[in-house]
Amino acid sequence: MLLAQQGAATVSTGEAVSFWVLGPLALAGALGMIFARNAVHSALFLVMTMLSLGCIYMVQQAPFLGFVQIIVYTGAIMMLFLFVLMLVGRDASDSVVEVLRGQRLWAGVLGVGLAVLITGAVARSLIDVTDQGLAADTANGGRGNVANIGQLIFSDYLFPFELTSALLITAAVGAMVLGYVNREQRGRRTQKELVEARFRGEHDRPSPLPGPGVFATANSVATPALLPDGSVAPESLSRLIESTTADKLAAERESVAGTGPAAGTRALAPGKEESR
Amino acid sequence: MTRAQLLADDPLWLILIKAVALLLLGALATMAMIILERKIVARMQHRPGPNRVGPNGWFQSIADAIKLPFKEQIIPDTADRKVYFLAPIISTIPAFLAFSVIPFGPEVSIFGERTVLQLVDLPVGVLVVLACSSLGVYGIVLAGWASGSPYPLLGGLRSAAQVISYEIAMGLSIVAVILYTGSLSTGDIVDAQASGWYFYLLIPSFLIYCVSMVGETNRAPFDLPEAESELVGGFHTEYSSMKFALFFLAEYVNMVIVSAFCTTLFLGGYMAPWPVSLIGDNYFNTGWWPLLWFFTKTWFFLFVFIWLRGTLPRMRYDQFMRLGWKILVPANLVWIVLVVALRAFRNEAEISATTILVAGGIVLVVLIGLSFLLPDRAAPDEDSDRVPVTGGGYPIPPLDLVVPDKDAAAPRRVRRKRQTASVGAGAEKETEQ
Repeated sequence: MLLAQQGAATVSTGEAVSFWVLGPLALAGALGMIFARNAVHSALFLVMTMLSLGCIYMVQQAPFLGFVQIIVYTGAIMMLFLFVLMLVGRDASDSVVEVLRGQRLWAGVLGVGLAVLITGAVARSLIDVTDQGLAADTANGGRGNVANIGQLIFSDYLFPFELTSALLITAAVGAMVLGYVNREQRGRRTQKELVEARFRGEHDRPSPLPGPGVFATANSVATPALLPDGSVAPESLSRLIESTTADKLAAERESVAGTGPAAGTRALAPGKEESR
Repeated sequence: MTRAQLLADDPLWLILIKAVALLLLGALATMAMIILERKIVARMQHRPGPNRVGPNGWFQSIADAIKLPFKEQIIPDTADRKVYFLAPIISTIPAFLAFSVIPFGPEVSIFGERTVLQLVDLPVGVLVVLACSSLGVYGIVLAGWASGSPYPLLGGLRSAAQVISYEIAMGLSIVAVILYTGSLSTGDIVDAQASGWYFYLLIPSFLIYCVSMVGETNRAPFDLPEAESELVGGFHTEYSSMKFALFFLAEYVNMVIVSAFCTTLFLGGYMAPWPVSLIGDNYFNTGWWPLLWFFTKTWFFLFVFIWLRGTLPRMRYDQFMRLGWKILVPANLVWIVLVVALRAFRNEAEISATTILVAGGIVLVVLIGLSFLLPDRAAPDEDSDRVPVTGGGYPIPPLDLVVPDKDAAAPRRVRRKRQTASVGAGAEKETEQ
């Protein structure tokens, strides 16, 4: 309690205001990330949390850490997450089937463990560690924040730093080996070889898939192309967005294809008749 | 007083004036840039360009700026509305934010208050620009995703991959500058160029930065996220009205930012160029004059952007990625190692610049000599027995073809004419019946 009061005495108004704005934002982002139904929304909430954390670092006189947090985590890593999420499609991530058995139980156990660890670390930093203040030579004093960080990373913490980079490089190379192993065995085909393979029947069809239909009633790319007999060409619907548009635009497709109920002869607007 | 101290002294009204000026600068530069781009590209293509609104059509941008926000908004049925709404905002705000660390000029006096023409001078100023550009991409990627149709999605995906890869090249090209300056602050970088601008001291860094800044802003020839020949409009296909205008604004403000940043990093920022800097003990480098030099240099880069768009065709996506990952990034890494080694040598042993240049020249000659020893790439062995399906399979006249002379060919032509005539007559008869 005493320690908390001592800490509170040194907090300026501006810092307190920014904390009470950024802290709840970060927390809301974290909760939103867990409870959002859509995977991309989850990722966006996480971005919000990371941005708030980055801003808190800057307020705490750690500008380098704050901006690196934004560049690396929000800029690069979350962008990769989004990239993957978009590649798997919009609704693929909404599956509620648990792939890993006992996932929730273990997540709960590990979560509690992590919470205990963090509480221990914070408690220790509050009780045992004596603070040096930001003006200390190893903090923002001396040659400044950035130079001090560089000094520490390349002298005292060189070995852990190199270990981390070795770990990351190993992970990257491993991912590439796993991802490219099939392609390397087959050898990459040239455009000419691909054309020949298409005509030999090694692929589903020799030509590309038909494009979307563009009609007077709908200019969306989700509108299917029509075959000569007026029926829908199923191949013209994109695999990526089929799950959403095929359902949502079913009525529109029907009216375009002419398979829906015909309008009454006395109806002024053909579409309104059926809704009544 | 140093820059940071001067800026910390600023009263609130001065900070507000500067912030509003930066906001106006972005918007006005966008409008000027759009009309200039249309005029210049038109001139390059031998056509008049916009010539209806105002004298010679120079007010076209103003008309467009008024018209665009008042157009009808169309939100696709499949769009994810919240994200769709957020995306243009996310792409615009960081673009303007990056202006705050660009030094536009040295110490001046505004209404009696000594200050520097810069909003803030952070010790990590360079990182601010990088962070803003990495945040701005979210707008494009989310716009692509939230539109709920395939072309924008593809545009968004391309943009994500493109910006991640070119941001690495861009970040690496800045490393050499930081090594030379010993500071991440934009003000210090400009000051450090008093003895020599970095664009010739660090030529490889400058060139790589120039390529990656075009890639980073999604401009031709690297405008793959909105490639209109492949993706209709790319990420902004489904956007209209004010939201589309915001994307437009973000793109052009980003161009101004990267140009201003390039000026700061490599062209000596607001410093007067060489012949001018000799006049009157560098008189033109004081007061408000530097603003002129700064904007001259920035507009030069903006003109290059337009020039590139009028000149180069769009690159293919895989070529573009190969350029980024296999050429720019490795070349940059090698260059950084070279710079570090040179600096270490110069710090340790007192080696003069000539020694380094001579040694570098010898190494270069040896490398060129070694490159001649490399075997040429073997020609791909053609399977002569196989009948090719396409390309070579097209009927080609034999090499010993004898062309028949004119007299022999003449009757054939006559016969053909008769045939067509008779067909025409037949058709007429049919219609008569």
